[in-house]
Amino acid sequence: MAWYQHRRTRAVPESLLGPAGLLLAAALVEVLPRAGLVPAEYLPPLSAMAGALAGEAGDAAFWRALRDTLTGWGAGLALATAAGVLLGLVIGRAEPLRRATASTIEFLRPIPSVALVPLAVLLHGTGPRATLLLVVYAAVWPVLLQVLAGVRDVDPVARDTAAVFRLPTLTRLRHLLWPTLLPYLMTGLRLAASVALILAVTAQLVIGSPGLGREIALAQAANAVERMYALVIVTGLLGVCVNAGARALERRVLFWHTSERTEAAA
Amino acid sequence: MSRNAPVRTRERGRSRVRGGARTALRAAASGAVRLAYALGLPAALLALWWALTARGGSFYYPPLGDIAAAFTDTWLTGGRLARDVAPSLARLAAGWAGAVLLGVGLGLLLGLRPRLRALAEPLLAFCRAVPPPVLIPVLMLVAGIGNGMKVAVIVTGAVWPVLLNTIQGVRSLDEVLSDTARCYGVTGAARLRRLVLPAAAPAIVTGMRQALSLAIILMVIGEMFASSSGLGFAIVQFQRGFAIPEMWSGIFLLGLVGFGLSLLFGLFEARALGWYHGQRGLARGAGGARRAARPRERAGGDTRAGDAGTASARDEE
Repeated sequence: MAWYQHRRTRAVPESLLGPAGLLLAAALVEVLPRAGLVPAEYLPPLSAMAGALAGEAGDAAFWRALRDTLTGWGAGLALATAAGVLLGLVIGRAEPLRRATASTIEFLRPIPSVALVPLAVLLHGTGPRATLLLVVYAAVWPVLLQVLAGVRDVDPVARDTAAVFRLPTLTRLRHLLWPTLLPYLMTGLRLAASVALILAVTAQLVIGSPGLGREIALAQAANAVERMYALVIVTGLLGVCVNAGARALERRVLFWHTSERTEAAA
Repeated sequence: MSRNAPVRTRERGRSRVRGGARTALRAAASGAVRLAYALGLPAALLALWWALTARGGSFYYPPLGDIAAAFTDTWLTGGRLARDVAPSLARLAAGWAGAVLLGVGLGLLLGLRPRLRALAEPLLAFCRAVPPPVLIPVLMLVAGIGNGMKVAVIVTGAVWPVLLNTIQGVRSLDEVLSDTARCYGVTGAARLRRLVLPAAAPAIVTGMRQALSLAIILMVIGEMFASSSGLGFAIVQFQRGFAIPEMWSGIFLLGLVGFGLSLLFGLFEARALGWYHGQRGLARGAGGARRAARPRERAGGDTRAGDAGTASARDEE
C-alpha cells in the first residue's frame, strides 16, 4: 500500500474472506445440481457427497485403503529421503563424482515416473510394492538435487577456515555442512512429500494396488458418483495435511534461519 | 567457478606468450575431459546392461540389443511414431498451452485483486492439494474418454503451478516501480504489459516448467487409464501382451520425450529470461556478499507435484 492511498474500511474484514470463499464454493456445489444447472450424475450436491463420506467413515474397507495409502506414502518417502541424502552426500562431496554423475542425473530426472508403471506391474503385480517403486523413484529426485545444491553452497571462506584450523571431520559436518544443508533438505523433503502422495494415489489408480486410488477407480467403474467424489475430497484433504505438516516441520526445524525469522517478522 | 576465474585468465595470458598451439591443445584437452565426464557414466551403465544381459538375460530385463531392435521396429519403421506419439504430443501441447493461458490469466486477476485473492486462497490451497490424476475418473464422467477428456485432465492438473506462481510473481511486484508507474500515469494494459508481466515472468516461467513435467505425467496416465492411442496406451498394451522388449523401448522413448522437452524448455527459458539471468548475475557479481536467503528452488523444476508456488517466489526475495 502506498502512503498516499487511503485505506477504505470495508464491510468484511480480510481474515473472514477465505472462509467465506470456501462457504461460497460449497454453496455453489450444493445449489447448482439441485437447481438442475449441472446434471446430478456429473456433480452430485455436496450434501450427497457428505452422506457418502459419512457412509465411508463407517466402513472398515475405507480405513484400510486410507492406511494403505498412508503406508505407501510414508515408506516411499522415508526410503527416498534416505537414498537421496546418502547419494547426495557421497556425490556432492567429491567433485569428480559430481561431474561424472551430472549428465546421468540430468537425463534420468525428467523421465516421468509413470513410465515405470509397466515395469512395476511386471515386477510386483498389483501389490503394495509396485506403489513403493513408483513413489521412491519420483520422490528421490527433489531430495537428491536439494542435497547436492546444499553441499555445494557451503561458504568457501568458512570451509577454508575450518581447514586451516584443522577441525575434525565430525565437527565440520556438524557446524559447517549441517546448517548449510538443512534448509535445502527441508525444501527437498517438502517437495518430495507432496510428490510421493501424488504417486502413491496414482499407482493405486492406474495399477490397482490397494489404497484410496483403487477405491476411486472402483467407485467410478461402479458409477457410484457420490462415493467417488467423497474419496476425491479425502485425497485432497490428505494433500492439505501433507503440505501443512511439511510447512510446520520446516518452521520448527529452521526456526533459526533467516527466511523463517524474516517471515515471522513480516 | 567464479572464484577460479581470475586464476584461469592469468594462466591463459601466460600461455599466449608462449604460443597459441598450447592454448588450443589445452582447450581441446579440457573439452575432451568434459565430454568424458558427461558420457562416461551413461556409457558405463549401458555397457553394464549390455554385458549382464548379453547371454539371454532374464525375462524382464531383455538384452539391450533386443530392446534397440524393438525400438527401431516399433517406433521408427512400424509407424507407431505417427500413430501413437503424434497424438500424445498434440494432446500434451494443447493441454499445456491451455493450462498456461488459464493459469496466467487467472493469476494476473487474483494477483492484482487482493480481496478476490483472499476470497479464493483456501479454496485454491485445497484444489492444488488434490493429486491431479484423481481428476481422471471425475472428468471421465463429464467428458467421456475422448481427446477432450485427456486435454481437460492436463489442463486441470497442470494449471496450479502456473496459477500459484503467477499470483506470487504479481504480488512480489517492486513497490517503488509500481508507484513510479502510477506517478507517470502508466495504467491499464500498458501497466500490465510493461510492468506486471515482466516482473512476474521469472515466477511464471518456473510455473510453466513445473506444469510441463506434470502435463507429461498426466498425458501418460490419461492414456493408460482409458485410450486407444497414444504413448501411454502403447506401453500398457505391450506390458499386458508381455512384449517386454517393446515395453522397454516405450519406456526409453518416454524418457527421451521427457528429456527432449525439458531441453527445449531450457532453451526457451534462456531466451525468454536472458535479461533476467543477466541482471541477477550482475547483481551477484557486484554485490559479492553471499545472500543468506533460502536455497533457490531450482528443484522447483522437478516438483512433479506442482508445489512451489509459495516457496519459489519467497526465495527470489
